[in-house]
Amino acid sequence: MPKVKFDILESTCIPLPFENVDTDQIIPARFLSATSREGFGDNLFRDWRYKKSGEKNSEFILNNPKFSGRVLVAGKNFGCGSSREHAVWAIFDYGFRAVVSSFFADIFMGNALNNGLLPIVVSEELLIKLHDLVHRNPATEVKIDLGKQTFTIISTGDSVRFGINPYKKECLLKGLDDIDFLLSMKNVITGYETNNRFVQ
Amino acid sequence: MKAKTLFDKIWDGHVVRSIEDGPDVLYIDRHYIHEVTSPQAFNGLKERGITVFRPDKTIATADHNIPTKDQHLQILDELSRNQVERLSENCSKYGIELFGLNHSKNGIVHVIGPELGYTLPGMTIVCGDSHTSTHGAFGTIAFGIGTSEVEMVLASQCILQPKPKRMRITVNGNLHKGVTSKDIIMYIISEISTAGATGFFVEYTGSAIKRLSMEARMTICNMSIEMGARGGLIAPDEITFDYLRQIPSIPGIDDLESSVSQWKKFKSDPDATFDRELEFDAGLIKPMITYGTNPGMGMAIDGSIPMAEGKNNEASSSFLKSLDYMGLKPGMKLLGHPIDYVFIGSCTNGRIEDFRAFAQIIRGRKKASNINALIVPGSKKVEEQMYAEGLIEIFKNAGFEVRQPGCSSCLAMNEDKIPAGKYAVSTSNRNFEGRQGPGARTLLASPFTAAAAAITGRISDPREFITEENNVKI
Repeated sequence: MPKVKFDILESTCIPLPFENVDTDQIIPARFLSATSREGFGDNLFRDWRYKKSGEKNSEFILNNPKFSGRVLVAGKNFGCGSSREHAVWAIFDYGFRAVVSSFFADIFMGNALNNGLLPIVVSEELLIKLHDLVHRNPATEVKIDLGKQTFTIISTGDSVRFGINPYKKECLLKGLDDIDFLLSMKNVITGYETNNRFVQ
Repeated sequence: MKAKTLFDKIWDGHVVRSIEDGPDVLYIDRHYIHEVTSPQAFNGLKERGITVFRPDKTIATADHNIPTKDQHLQILDELSRNQVERLSENCSKYGIELFGLNHSKNGIVHVIGPELGYTLPGMTIVCGDSHTSTHGAFGTIAFGIGTSEVEMVLASQCILQPKPKRMRITVNGNLHKGVTSKDIIMYIISEISTAGATGFFVEYTGSAIKRLSMEARMTICNMSIEMGARGGLIAPDEITFDYLRQIPSIPGIDDLESSVSQWKKFKSDPDATFDRELEFDAGLIKPMITYGTNPGMGMAIDGSIPMAEGKNNEASSSFLKSLDYMGLKPGMKLLGHPIDYVFIGSCTNGRIEDFRAFAQIIRGRKKASNINALIVPGSKKVEEQMYAEGLIEIFKNAGFEVRQPGCSSCLAMNEDKIPAGKYAVSTSNRNFEGRQGPGARTLLASPFTAAAAAITGRISDPREFITEENNVKI
């Protein structure tokens, strides 16, 4: 797993206001055959970005030159379905560093945090407002401050505190990695195996 | 002592350390891996210059991208072949047992794990695949993980996990004829939505659950993830122990009965409390079918697609976009709607019982001429049983083609794709856009409903083909 740091991000947003966007939409299974983590961004939302003929679908938001940015503003229950971490790799590889939604699927949320893609949960009201603002003015900027755990819409001054597990926050701020942590615990793990086994 | 749920007992018994304000360090008893979500994890080990900590606790299979025809020949797709080869290399390098392509015990990871006795009550089980929840049928904490977590397990046999909340789903009452475990779980998901159990670990109980076979319980637990749950489990009982007793040899267990006496204690305390409780009446459940592009968009086979009214803007546009993809309209009935493909297989309904049920309706009938059918056993063992029990004959006589084991058309990583715009009645678990191939239109259903569709060529009520004699319980 990669070591990625995150502290403060100011960026415009790309809105994707659909509910229940599953990981098969984010990266279809037929693009999972790679054995490295790189390059998945090319196929992010593949079947929405491209028509059957292979040409770009100009109606899809990622192909609209008015919208750009490192923050994906998604809909409710984003990332449901398959556990494929490739979905997070694809979003990150495309250039996003944070995803905002009112609700994330569990596995996606864990995978995102393990790869330095910050999932930010906001209220449904704020999410609707943000979608509306960004649609009307694609230059709308947001500021994410992980240390303070604040998400701010710069033009309106709307600012909310978002939740994150303190351990994961520390990892992201410092660019630490769970595997180093687990490796440092080898003696404790071996001790568990010797003394406390639940299943023999 | 405070009353505990079975989930709490197993979880707490596997916590190596709790991090203050953080996740638990959870010990993993069994780690299953496959070719698609493991290569990057092995790369990570190499980059760090470390090895696999407990190779005997990881079991590997090739299932997701493999062809279901001519498996003895080289895999034609270069990227898929490379993934399968990398899995073999990694397993041999680190001493991991591999039931790879052409191995006599090969199959879908969630079919072979239980079949070979690697899944046992009380275990913690993970795999880089969301349908790992299947193994919960044996009274285990089993859930899908991402590749970074696969790397954690390989490196330390542990992962860092926040503890989910507890939910109990009780299903009491009697199932009507032609209604299966697949219909129970599809009904529950349609009632609570694809996000209805997100953040929870579910225990299923109630008289209707307790009567189910292990295969049927696996179908229920398998689809826990489709309502967002981290996993789902069912307390082990005599049905569980009898299933394990018929496995010729269980790895690591010499005296099965002594283990059984320990496993009998694995149940929730009578006064244990859950964060959320739901109850359903089995008698209200009809054969189910989906009409949209997520598993929560399901209804009784004789029902009508709901209207968009009453939903907020975002929900309404997602709903209409989904129906548009499916080529269907609000208020429509699905009975009689022509279809093109039938897929029976997957970790949801690719076990021997599922093919026996499929055969109950197929026997003595012919496949409809407009139907392409993919019959894909979940494992080599299931395939062998299908031969031994004469099911292959029944399917061939009816005009079906029987394939070799694999995940196949469930996620269409191999060539088993449903063409764009075509309708497939599928016994798998997901009807997402493009899941079975770009533009494919998936209608999820039970093996009975798939069989009825296969012989009529259209969406049909399986109850018309079910009698007291052929109403096998699945």
